[in-house]
Amino acid sequence: MSSQESDEAEELPKHGLKGPSPDERPHPEGRRNSQGIRIDPAAEAEPEQRRAVLSALVEDDPGVLSRIAGLFSRRQFNIESLTVGPTTVENHSRITMVIEESDPGIDQAEKQLAKLKPVIAVGELDDDAVRTELVLLKVEGDDPDKVHAVTEMYDGQTLDAGPKTITVQLTGDEQKIDDAIDAFRQFGIIEIARTGYTALARGDQATVPGEKPGTADEPTRPKNAQQ
Amino acid sequence: MSKQAPSSPNATTDAEVDPDEETEQTPVTTGSEAVIRALENEGVEAAFGVQGGAIMPVYDALYHSDIRHVTMAHEQGAAHAADAFSVVRNEPGVCLATSGPGATNLVTGIADANMDSDGLLALTGQVPSDMVGSDAFQETDTTGVTAPITKHNYFASDADTVGDTVGEALALAGEGRPGPTLVDLPKNVTLDETDAEPGPAEPPATTRPQYVADEENVAEAADAIQAAERPLLLFGGGVIKGDATEQAREFAREHEIPVVTTMPGIGSFPEDDDLCLSWAGMHGTGYANMAITHTDLLIAVGTRFDDRLTGGIDTFAPEAEVIHIDIDPAEISKNVHADYPLIGDAGIVLDQVDDALEASPDADEWREQCQTWKAEYPMDYATPDDEPLKPQFVVEILDEATGDDAIVTSGVGQHQMWAAQYWTFTEPRTWVSSHGLGTMGYGLPAAIGARIAADDDQEVVCVDGDGSFLMTIQELSVAVREELDITVAVLNNEYIGMVRQWQDAFFEGRRMAAEYNWCPEFDMLAEAFGARGFRVDDYDEVAETVEEAVAYDGPSVIDFHIDPAENVYPMVPSGGANGQFALTEDQL
Ligand SMILES: Cc1ncc(C[n+]2csc(CCOP(=O)(O)OP(=O)(O)O)c2C)c(N)n1
Repeated sequence: MSSQESDEAEELPKHGLKGPSPDERPHPEGRRNSQGIRIDPAAEAEPEQRRAVLSALVEDDPGVLSRIAGLFSRRQFNIESLTVGPTTVENHSRITMVIEESDPGIDQAEKQLAKLKPVIAVGELDDDAVRTELVLLKVEGDDPDKVHAVTEMYDGQTLDAGPKTITVQLTGDEQKIDDAIDAFRQFGIIEIARTGYTALARGDQATVPGEKPGTADEPTRPKNAQQ
Repeated sequence: MSKQAPSSPNATTDAEVDPDEETEQTPVTTGSEAVIRALENEGVEAAFGVQGGAIMPVYDALYHSDIRHVTMAHEQGAAHAADAFSVVRNEPGVCLATSGPGATNLVTGIADANMDSDGLLALTGQVPSDMVGSDAFQETDTTGVTAPITKHNYFASDADTVGDTVGEALALAGEGRPGPTLVDLPKNVTLDETDAEPGPAEPPATTRPQYVADEENVAEAADAIQAAERPLLLFGGGVIKGDATEQAREFAREHEIPVVTTMPGIGSFPEDDDLCLSWAGMHGTGYANMAITHTDLLIAVGTRFDDRLTGGIDTFAPEAEVIHIDIDPAEISKNVHADYPLIGDAGIVLDQVDDALEASPDADEWREQCQTWKAEYPMDYATPDDEPLKPQFVVEILDEATGDDAIVTSGVGQHQMWAAQYWTFTEPRTWVSSHGLGTMGYGLPAAIGARIAADDDQEVVCVDGDGSFLMTIQELSVAVREELDITVAVLNNEYIGMVRQWQDAFFEGRRMAAEYNWCPEFDMLAEAFGARGFRVDDYDEVAETVEEAVAYDGPSVIDFHIDPAENVYPMVPSGGANGQFALTEDQL
């Protein structure tokens, strides 16, 4: 076999053949100019990442959460938080997810979620959506008055106070929670538990496509159903 | 299957079926019987599997059923056979396995079907519900293991609903973009008494594929087609799965648009048609890759733009706008940005676009250019008399010796590429291969599934590599036992050749773990299994031996000792530009 000869082998290119990993793969966005002609991706800026709040209405099948979490890890979507809880419809739950992705990534995440059998409908929430997070904070109990003052300042509640520790509950948007945590640092924070966002669309907008606010115990039209 | 009226179970082949016969069905009395009844109601004709403790009740219910059960040597074989059955019949195939090792042995086959969007229903036994989670004998979290590689999987919870669950899983496997589903069946559920007859098999209400594309999008796409100077059709496996080959052929011919296929799309358009440029991608034809590189409008139908097709995504169809027709919205702009997304069924959408077109694109020059490329980069190989046997020649002779509708299955490696390159496919569902997962060992069990699914007068040929054949060679015992007329052509280079080719090209010739200098005598091995065995070393024995093997009414194996140095070309190096293919080693 000719290729066994070493001199021939020397001429062969030395680069490997491994393809780029998913995060190295260029995103489709911005790869064409206005004439539809592709432009050199190196000349392009990185696709901008943004945060999106996705809401999914799901059937309470066993394992639904692991299916969704599995989808995110398998497809390498960058997930920041995920909350889940029941709705007014029996056997339906709402899952709120915050992901940080480029626009095509967010679009993929939505479409891949919609493909899962237990997912009834999924949608991205507008920026003006009502969103809030809950955090429990346990701080050293040396200075109860001061802790109480800070808790009041952030509209929090004291849930437990003992000689050694004080536990407070706060709700609000991310900025408020971050600020509050900063303020509590002076007392010595022992433990934190944060839930991540849960959210609903503002006003009479539907949170997921097909949802009927005001008659919330009516089941939602399945995703993709033709109008 | 679900497209036809449900045939009655135990139906006689008699033309005059008693209309009352349906009501004469013996009522189901156990969960297992409900499982089998659900399959029968949907007209399932065959199932592939291996027995075992937790699945025994289901097998017991099969005892009195007319469903043909093929006992395989290994569950991987069962999944591949069912997968191939689905490719040939265009309806979900069914496989069965016991819990634990049976279920885990199915995994490769399920993953394979998932990547290739092949409809497949896997039924797995499970330990009794009250022992789940206790690490009981032969327990595996089968739904957990298979969640990422199925469209959806189910854990059956009770005997009264298990029949409906199986029906739903079967319907879901074939609905929209097909894929594998699985139902895990705890032993108590299949043993429990029930009189619940399964209802009509319907996919879950939460899955509603869209079949008709948005009219406005269609109009825009039609305008783009009319304006195109260098239009190119790209037919993927979805054209075949969507049963849209007729519409696809008509569309291409009516508007005289050149056609390139993907590898799973082989057979969607006749490769001997002037308009056809064969398949594109890493080892596709030079002319297909040139056409993709220079088209100004790529009309892609039913493809997921796998990286083996596109090469580097930035250099893929660099001058083209893209129309993407697909039934799965998540495929749109996943890998390649779609300028005109058309979500829907391939055949329906092609008809919609056709209706919207007022004129065909004016592309005489482009068509001529495509023909020029055909002449410029022909598929060719050297056959001087003194050289060892070339695999391409073997494939051509096999093609000649069998009918136009012969089914070809393959393993994975160089032989797969030669089979795809040198066989001239003209019919859909005649090329049965492992594309997305690239599973060595797929060929032989796939040939068994294809044989069971195919018409009696259709030839089934498995083009295999020595390495791939060894991975599932035990299934030869099944072919012999079931008296299946298949011909296995082993292109034996005593290498795991594709790996050797890459090592030579990209790892400075260090052939680590790629040499099979202990290859068994496959002809003798075949005889030991009870099949016919042949060995061919020279050009002048090829035609005669092929004829004899094909004529033999049972399984036969031809061990072709081919040139071990032969490589697959053209080749687009991984991540490279399609237009920059190497025709020889020096060009890599
Ligand atoms: C199950 C599995 N293991 C490993 C591989 C990696 N692989 C791809 S091609 C190949 C060599 C195939 O050898 P053979 O079947 O002899 O075919 P040839 O390339 O020689 O025609 C290997 C090891 C694979 N595709 N599948």
